[in-house]
Amino acid sequence: MGQRVAAVGAGMTKFVRRAQETGKELAWEAARAALESADMTIDDIDCVAMGTAPDAFDGVHMKAEYLADGAGAWGKPYYRTYVGGGTGVFVTIQGWWQVASGQFDTCLVVAEEKMSSTQPHPQGAFITIFDNMIERPLGPNLLWIFALEMNRYMQVHGIDKRDIAAVSVKNKRNAADHPAALLGDADITVDDVLNSETLAWPVQRLDVSPISDGAVAVVLAAEHVAKRKAATPVWVEGVGWHLDTAYWTNRDLVYPRYVEYAARQAYEMAGIHEPRKEIHIAEPYDPFDYKELHHLEGLQLFEKGKAPEAMRDGVLDRDGDLPSCPSGGLLGVGNPIAAAGLMKIAELYWQLSGQAGKRQVPGDPKKGVAQAWGDLMQVGTVVVMGR
Amino acid sequence: MTPKRDLRSVDDTQPTTFYGPTSLTNDEFRNAVGAVDFAVDARYAWDTGVAISRFLDGLREGRILGRECRSCGRTLVPPRMFCEECFRPTDRWVEVPDRGTVNTFSICYIRWDMVELEEPELPFVLELDIETPMMGFMHKLGEVDPQRIEVGMEVEAVWKPEGEREGSILDIRYFRPRDAVLRKGARQTARAKKKTGAKRSGSRKKTSAKRKAG
Amino acid sequence: MFEKISDPKDVRLVEGHIPLEHRYTPGVAGEAFFASLMKGEFLASRCERCGVVYCPNRIFCERCLGELDADTTVGPRGTLESFTVVYVGIEGEPLDEPRTLGLIRLEGADTVLLHDLVGFDEVGPLIGDEVEPDFKPRNRRTGSMLDLRGFRPVRR
Repeated sequence: MGQRVAAVGAGMTKFVRRAQETGKELAWEAARAALESADMTIDDIDCVAMGTAPDAFDGVHMKAEYLADGAGAWGKPYYRTYVGGGTGVFVTIQGWWQVASGQFDTCLVVAEEKMSSTQPHPQGAFITIFDNMIERPLGPNLLWIFALEMNRYMQVHGIDKRDIAAVSVKNKRNAADHPAALLGDADITVDDVLNSETLAWPVQRLDVSPISDGAVAVVLAAEHVAKRKAATPVWVEGVGWHLDTAYWTNRDLVYPRYVEYAARQAYEMAGIHEPRKEIHIAEPYDPFDYKELHHLEGLQLFEKGKAPEAMRDGVLDRDGDLPSCPSGGLLGVGNPIAAAGLMKIAELYWQLSGQAGKRQVPGDPKKGVAQAWGDLMQVGTVVVMGR
Repeated sequence: MTPKRDLRSVDDTQPTTFYGPTSLTNDEFRNAVGAVDFAVDARYAWDTGVAISRFLDGLREGRILGRECRSCGRTLVPPRMFCEECFRPTDRWVEVPDRGTVNTFSICYIRWDMVELEEPELPFVLELDIETPMMGFMHKLGEVDPQRIEVGMEVEAVWKPEGEREGSILDIRYFRPRDAVLRKGARQTARAKKKTGAKRSGSRKKTSAKRKAG
Repeated sequence: MFEKISDPKDVRLVEGHIPLEHRYTPGVAGEAFFASLMKGEFLASRCERCGVVYCPNRIFCERCLGELDADTTVGPRGTLESFTVVYVGIEGEPLDEPRTLGLIRLEGADTVLLHDLVGFDEVGPLIGDEVEPDFKPRNRRTGSMLDLRGFRPVRR
């Protein structure tokens, strides 16, 4: 529908625990890297799409407006999008339709998060995810939600924790080859994960991706610009997004149906009928190791409860049949909320255009799917890219 | 003048470049010249709305109330004045039994700011004993040995005495196993402590073989 | 249809607060600016391409996104572009003493700074007045905008 749109460049800052840079400076560093990689200047950009999660993390009200200068939005049409953790992929969808609509020919998509500002811990901001009237009086901890979901997923399908811990190991090892990674570790083992401190059973410390600061930017261009600018434009072929009920205790946490609905939307648009065969690389959202498996099932790449088996069989390794998170994901690269999702889009761009260096998935991959998740565990955002 | 920073970190195994940022240690973060500390004093008085007002009243009366949608036939707990699936107003108030099963649970050892708790907390999602599946809310378990909790365990509410109830979710103290044998009583506590020991440090793994096999 | 609560005393409120504190690092540019301010200087950046001088200094130009350096200083004197006198506090409570704030364009800068105006006589500030910074003694400066008490009129 509309103009065809491709990614023609991407750039990012390293993800770090605490950056000296202000959010504005982080956004600029990513924007500048992306423009350079696309061989463009800010004058070549028609509009800017910003994805950044709650203002409360950076501690700046109207955060997108605050970041506008670093994102190159001065004097340009500017749009902010926000669906919690789903933002990084969602803002790509937003950038896509701004160009697909024909109103603009190029869009700079930027995502930034500076979580180190929140003291003593960003959980103070996250806590408001719980219902203020019937949940917060219980004194909840954000980890409860993930622990409750992880437990049910494990119990219903009879999953061995080792298979889940293996995901964390895979991603941290993959991230050892990512120049911007905070948590890359070539030597980590499943036992390291299983011996780490239990925070909220069954969640252990190394199951979780910790908070970080960072920014990512991607340049999207209409077909006639993309063909001029990029040796290998990577096309946005399908987009989908879906929000499930906020009454999270009223739906079965064992399966992310919101990811399925978003994925179906994206696959239909991309003309994909057998995702398991036609998708070559997956970048599902992995703030927790079990979540990657949960999402792979929602993405229709494995049957319900069967993703852990795929992990065990090596299918998800970088040289496996369906590499999952070759970037190293959030567990390996880091988790500045919105930027993490856009990092996955950038990874697909680099992988499919053969620029992923040591992380390059072998076998000439042509199609990939990136997915992010967030809000009150209820949003699925999916983008299919291909060349 | 600011010293010229070389922000580029080029990985020569791939053509893309990555810029910055400058990573700070915790000390550098604490001592940065010009840093500003600011406490957002965000205080709120939230209206509970029509549905939750009545729900909280119900709790003060010692009962759990739900709303029924005649169109889809669901009984909704937490109650809401409109059905989000049928997109129409719900029809009437119903009382539901104060018991159900454990849909899922966790054993949490730390507080929201990552400080370790003295006693672990046992949050869980209650699935009410009613016809509509998946209805219920989050609460805490009590009077139970954490190692014996299972998904599907039958539980019942333990209420505060009438004089202490205020119209809050905390009017229910916690939920405990309906099967008295599974409850942690005074004698069982001592036995349980001896068996599991003080699993405070290290991994605090739940090593039940049954759990692994599912 | 919808039930309605018609008696005000039936309206229930749940009170709470969101526990949030922040520590803002001043950033790469900001650290240099405040270090300079402690020495009594206003650091600035000139973008040659756009012909704009930013104070405080920045590491990039917001108009062309080009890289900038803290390559110049502005002021210390400046011109008053605007001002206001504030009588109520943040929660609407009356202030003991009214507070006068101004927007000051330091000599050489294209941007303005916000600060208190101090030391004006009964006539008060006028737009166009020439002003100068009122610094605290060197040993009481910490690297903050409060190292200045404000801006005061330049006495002829």
